[in-house]
Amino acid sequence: MEANRIFPDPSKVREELIQKYPAKVAKKRAKSIIVNDPELIPEVQANVRTVPGIITQRGCSYAGCKGVVLGPTRDIVNIVHGPIGCSFYAWLTRRNQTRTESLMDENYIPYCFSTDMQEENIVFGGEKKLKIAIQEAYDLFHPKSIAIFSTCPVGLIGDDVHAASREMKEKFGDCNVFGFSCEGYRGVSQSAGHHIANNGVFKHMVGRNNTPSEGKFKLNLLGEYNIGGDAFEIERIFDKVGITLVSSFSGNSTVSQIENAHTADLNVILCHRSINYMGDMMETKYGIPWMKVNFVGAESTAKSLRKIAEYFGDEELKARVEEVIAEESPKVKAVIEEILPRTKGKTAMLFVGGSRAHHYQDLFNELGMTTVAAGYEFAHRDDYEGRHVLPGIKIDADSKNIEELKVVPDPELYNPRKTEAELVALKEKGLEINSYEGMMKQMTKKSLVVDDLSHYESEKLIEIYKPDIFCAGIKEKYVVQKMGIPLKQLHSYDYGGPYTGFEGAVNFYKDIDRMVNNPVWKLIKAPWEKAGNGAGLAASYVTQ
Amino acid sequence: MKHEHAKTATQNACKLCNPLGACLAFRGIENCVPFLHGSQGCATYIRRYLISHYKEPIDIASSNFHEESAVFGGSHNLKIGLKNVSEQYKPEVIGVATTCLSETIGDDVPGILREYRKEYKNGTPMPILIHASTPSYQGSHIDGFHAAVHATVKALAVKGTPQKLINLFPNMVSPADLRYLKEILGDFGVPYMMLPDYSQTMDGGPWGEYHRIPPGGTPASTIATAGGAMASIEFGSTIEASKSAAGYLDVMFGVPAYHLPLPIGIKGSDKFFSLLETLTGDRRAEKYEDERRRLVDAYADGHKYVFDKKVIIYGEEDLVIGMTAFLREIGMVPVLCATGGKSGLMKKRIGELVPDMDELGIKVREGVDFVDIEDEAKTVQPDFLIGNSKGYTMSRKNNIPLLRLGFPIHDRFGGQRMHHLGYRGTQELFDRIVNTVIEQRQNASSIGYTYM
Repeated sequence: MEANRIFPDPSKVREELIQKYPAKVAKKRAKSIIVNDPELIPEVQANVRTVPGIITQRGCSYAGCKGVVLGPTRDIVNIVHGPIGCSFYAWLTRRNQTRTESLMDENYIPYCFSTDMQEENIVFGGEKKLKIAIQEAYDLFHPKSIAIFSTCPVGLIGDDVHAASREMKEKFGDCNVFGFSCEGYRGVSQSAGHHIANNGVFKHMVGRNNTPSEGKFKLNLLGEYNIGGDAFEIERIFDKVGITLVSSFSGNSTVSQIENAHTADLNVILCHRSINYMGDMMETKYGIPWMKVNFVGAESTAKSLRKIAEYFGDEELKARVEEVIAEESPKVKAVIEEILPRTKGKTAMLFVGGSRAHHYQDLFNELGMTTVAAGYEFAHRDDYEGRHVLPGIKIDADSKNIEELKVVPDPELYNPRKTEAELVALKEKGLEINSYEGMMKQMTKKSLVVDDLSHYESEKLIEIYKPDIFCAGIKEKYVVQKMGIPLKQLHSYDYGGPYTGFEGAVNFYKDIDRMVNNPVWKLIKAPWEKAGNGAGLAASYVTQ
Repeated sequence: MKHEHAKTATQNACKLCNPLGACLAFRGIENCVPFLHGSQGCATYIRRYLISHYKEPIDIASSNFHEESAVFGGSHNLKIGLKNVSEQYKPEVIGVATTCLSETIGDDVPGILREYRKEYKNGTPMPILIHASTPSYQGSHIDGFHAAVHATVKALAVKGTPQKLINLFPNMVSPADLRYLKEILGDFGVPYMMLPDYSQTMDGGPWGEYHRIPPGGTPASTIATAGGAMASIEFGSTIEASKSAAGYLDVMFGVPAYHLPLPIGIKGSDKFFSLLETLTGDRRAEKYEDERRRLVDAYADGHKYVFDKKVIIYGEEDLVIGMTAFLREIGMVPVLCATGGKSGLMKKRIGELVPDMDELGIKVREGVDFVDIEDEAKTVQPDFLIGNSKGYTMSRKNNIPLLRLGFPIHDRFGGQRMHHLGYRGTQELFDRIVNTVIEQRQNASSIGYTYM
């Protein structure tokens, strides 16, 4: 592969992507397909409904709530109230790992609890069955917490999961039971479920235990779900540096950690999309500032550690951070130096998640690979353009349906960790507090940004750019590979990982090397290699 | 942990939901797009689940319900969705399956489809629209599978001129099994209509060109001829009468229906081949005699490893029934035959194939989950488990080996290429079972023998 590739003109690519759509659809999609300019940052249409009949990457509210945010906490018994499928499909599906301290510790992640609603429950109501299910789970495990997740029919038949939860909580006395109205039809994607989950965790868990946490530099890790052991690597680094992790939302977390989270002095956010609500609410109620970090990529990890040390403003911590970076870097360097000649100059596309499409660009940079196009499945405008656009985002019907908690400073526990003056000083040092500048600022000029990429567009982009690797999820994996392009799954990591921190970077370099330089791709003839079959894609579809 | 009381909730389910089966069955029709009338999450979850087993892309469209469609009905979304799928994929067939959401609000899907056909009769390409009712709060994935096959036959089959044609309804078997069945019918030289046939759509090659819908599947025009066939063979003995495609063709067009258990084992395969010989008037090809001879020979060679071994078998009812007959044939004791399904027929059907089941202490349980199975395992002490990947948690916890079989298999490679049916499939199964025993014995040996 040549080191310096000539890329197609992105505005022409954009034209080509939309030209075959009917006028109305072309107009709609044009707002979501943007040629990037990191200086100006054009507006991207995001978090709008997918048109029925278009095959989307997106999931549902329940998936975002139960699967993503609540799933990784090991000692909550999660009961899915609904027919069997929803619970089954989310059973150990996301590869969030957890590590109990002893064999006796509670870990309910391998369990799949469902009320398995039958026709008579739909007709006569399912609350009774739900309460029995809660009782059974309680009798079986005596857990600290039981969470109830509503699936589509629940809201329609009028089952009140919140009332049932309250009743059982009072009955037990020693078990915190709470419910989520995360029916699959709410919102436009799993993003709605994240918000619902944030609200519930904030309302029912955070602040229940005021015991001051130990440690000098105490923080919470937000939006890290320990896929493939990512959180373990971050914990390893924190330990080494001397940072105390009070709680994680929610990879490798426990109920008692989350209940004590408000005793930390900083929230660092990885996945801005899924957890920013929590950062904001904790800031308002308890006075804990939040800061966007990224532990995906060796250089990003070093940068994030330096930012944390700067926040705490402690010279000893700063020195220790430098020591750790110096200690960890040689092994990373040794691997990348060996691999770089084989990956340099190659290209990648990332269409995944609500943060991953941003974070993983750092790793590709380290591999000398260019991200020619990227986009999210379920992000909002602020994840693309930065949080400064928030006041201007129009609230549509779908967002209105998701409750916005009214949060006020806690009369006793509110304690601003930094004064206004200190925050200004930090900002002057380049630390963005309570802020995120989004993905586009970091992407090169003339790269392409596409929200909620459609099936047709992905095929077209592959045909035009012929990327060396495409990053998405399992639903896209095999269709892309049928065209002779390796697809890296950035939800499940293709069952590998961790990819965070220093050790994770090494894993990722090796995995990408194995994929893009694999001889099997030579055996697959891509569609564009077939004579006269370049522009044969019809796009006469999509009418609203 | 004790589970001495009957429980109400399901823990670690041994079944999937109704619409999943329908999507898979619709994928076995040529040029067909499965379509779920419900929230987009259903299509996404079911896609990712099917893909994790088959390692093949599967597009499932959705009517993407939102709050107002949930309240006011999904008719508008369904029509937009159908129109977009029609224009985008130009399919010949769209298979619409319902979900718990659209069934709960009571959308009249046949009515909406009638309206759609009328509204868009000019201009938009009009595929054949098939509707299967698959509420997730009834039955399990296998019911959705049969519902889709039944709905397809009902929508397409017509009273044709009687012809030498055999309908085969193979049940939810692997793409490899489907290919083998086609080979058998091909070798008999008899025209056939097999439904569904996802042997290529769910296990195909790289694409030399772009495909909206992967090649393969049974053409609608072939399904139309099913009404004139000389016979229907339907694998499975627990299919509800209202969901039996063979039963429908019998009642509507007088096509004689032959119901066989899944042909696993020599006896089961003999029945299938004999039936084909009777129907076609031809002898089976010599290669199948060879396959049978090799299998008998293998039974003789391997019997000492497997005889009297105790196993728990779980999965869809018909798979469990077919497997139980085979396991008895090779002298193994399926101490527990378990399913998440609730046909109410499994015990009776096993009794028909294994008359001495009670004396052998074979226990049959329907409507169970993996916690129930695990509880039973503590009493029956099996040598190993046979079933899908979801038994792994229990296998690991109790240190009982698991031989993977059925659907879903997402912790081993090649589930879609495993054979189970006929002499060839039985041979593969038998080899795998013997090797499971050998591996167990070898691992347990303190010496490390290399001759086993």
